[in-house]
Amino acid sequence: MNLKGRVHKYGCNVDTDVIIPARYLNTSDSAELAAHCMEDIDADFVKNVQPGDIMVADENFGCGSSREHAPIAIKESGISCVIAKTFARIFYRNAINIGLPILQCPEAVDGISANDTVEVDTSTGKITNITTGKSWDAMPFPEFMQQLIEAGGLIPYAQKKIASGGGPKCGCKCCGK
Amino acid sequence: MGQTITEKILAAHCGKKAVEPGELITAKLDLVLGNDITSPIAIREFGNTGANCVFNKEKIALVPDHSTPAKDIKSAQQVKTMREFAKKYGVTNFFEIGRVGIEHTLLPDEGLVLPGYAVIGADSHTCTYGAIGAFSTGVGSTDLGAAMSLGETWFRVPESIKFVYHGKLNKWVGGKDLILYTIGQIGVDGALYCSMEFTGEVIENLPMADRFTMCNMAIEAGGKNGIIAPDDITMEYVRARAKRDFKVYASDSDAKYKQVIDIDCSKIEPQVAFPHLPENTKPLSKVGNVVIDQSVIGSCTNGRIEDLRVAAQVLKGRRVHQDVRLIIFPATQKIYMQAIHEGLVDVFVDAGAAVSTPTCGPCLGGHMGCLAEGERAVATTNRNFVGRMGHPKSEVYLASPAVAAASAVLGRIGSPDELEGKGG
Ligand code: SF4
Repeated sequence: MNLKGRVHKYGCNVDTDVIIPARYLNTSDSAELAAHCMEDIDADFVKNVQPGDIMVADENFGCGSSREHAPIAIKESGISCVIAKTFARIFYRNAINIGLPILQCPEAVDGISANDTVEVDTSTGKITNITTGKSWDAMPFPEFMQQLIEAGGLIPYAQKKIASGGGPKCGCKCCGK
Repeated sequence: MGQTITEKILAAHCGKKAVEPGELITAKLDLVLGNDITSPIAIREFGNTGANCVFNKEKIALVPDHSTPAKDIKSAQQVKTMREFAKKYGVTNFFEIGRVGIEHTLLPDEGLVLPGYAVIGADSHTCTYGAIGAFSTGVGSTDLGAAMSLGETWFRVPESIKFVYHGKLNKWVGGKDLILYTIGQIGVDGALYCSMEFTGEVIENLPMADRFTMCNMAIEAGGKNGIIAPDDITMEYVRARAKRDFKVYASDSDAKYKQVIDIDCSKIEPQVAFPHLPENTKPLSKVGNVVIDQSVIGSCTNGRIEDLRVAAQVLKGRRVHQDVRLIIFPATQKIYMQAIHEGLVDVFVDAGAAVSTPTCGPCLGGHMGCLAEGERAVATTNRNFVGRMGHPKSEVYLASPAVAAASAVLGRIGSPDELEGKGG
């Protein structure tokens, strides 16, 4: 999958509370969540973000609570991919599960500035800064993860697998063929 | 190249001979679990996968332990969703009120988690089961929903950090103090993504209850799992409970670690973690005068019978300080019953403590003992984040059952040794 967009850049320890403040968690409607994405760290983000844009951040991105609302808000806002030096563990999982591509590449983070245009090939892990011409290699996603992201996340992936008869055969009447 | 215990368990569950840190794998699961906060969303996502049935009726555990017995209408509704789902899909391990306990104590105690298992739970403290040599880790609700339908999930193989505990344990020092000390040393992200492997002579002699406490708090250092290789102590615990086969793994002597950290236990005093992070630890002698309003003994960290025995030992014949509320909540019904039989509940009630039914209640500021503005509690739980036990302007200090019990009598955070000669 090839992604290309303008960069929104942030620092270390961007936590799930600033990605989507707790006061907006009384909904799981993704459009409503996206309307408040990054509000407490970058009030103009929602106004400026264009579909396909790329988020770049320093260390420990997504630390804090396990709320899945955080990657949902980022994805729904139009961000196509997040590149960071490191991700907090549960954010990393949740992002993959909801189909938000994320790449870990410290060198790229140092070589990318706000508003640069960046291209990412998720199948090879290649990150290219079109503005400066530099490029880096992040660890590519293995095939399974790519299928997962391309399917739009874990649930659509499971759906596909079950629909094609690839689900578990538990022996009950409905699936015990 | 040798492998760590975590790598071996993960390799066995993805059908490979070996796996490497960083590798992404799909692993078969032996048990998946959820509680009354996380299961309802997982049940919705399970429905979205289009599955007609769950992957295995016996390998799903639904444990309504957080806001139960139902604290309000919304919580009652959440448990109802779980109850109906369990009935509809024939899930055998749904634990009704009266049989339920705190998930991370209940499931190993019921023999539902065994050595060598791969387990995920929609609860961050799922890492507790590493104490019996299982790989277990916390995930989100979507993970649980998909796993209930597919029976598998994806993992990124973690690097391992080996902690070697040696020396002799000081008086009143146990698993809680060791893990608080460790988190104090490495910080709340000191083991980010990593497996924390606890080893050394001290661990080899550590009772199961203390091992559970240590693995329980691996997540407080950012760890993916905590793990202790099974030995005779583990086997004694497991054999009395196991109803299925299991496999025991151990790290190879030439396994590769990201880091090896040596800890000299003879230098460790009872530990207290100050607000608002578990890494803000201080030895008890450096705590100073911290007056408390409440002391809480229980949770998945320290709600086992051994914890209650220590608390009773300290409280026997003594009275809770007039300005303190002491709340004790045994982790499971069986532990509750045993505490009654051993006379521990008599000691607690005589001392002026409130003893509650098994629930997570006060641990997450849910119910059964929330803190008001400006109040301060010492607790045997695992998190002291802002507002964790109630009002955002309240404070939580983490400690062991011995220190929490002594503090309840003293009216301030202190050591059981300070009670010598004062009743009892
Ligand atoms: S006792 Fe506390 S930490 Fe343990 S599962 Fe319940 S709420 Fe979570």
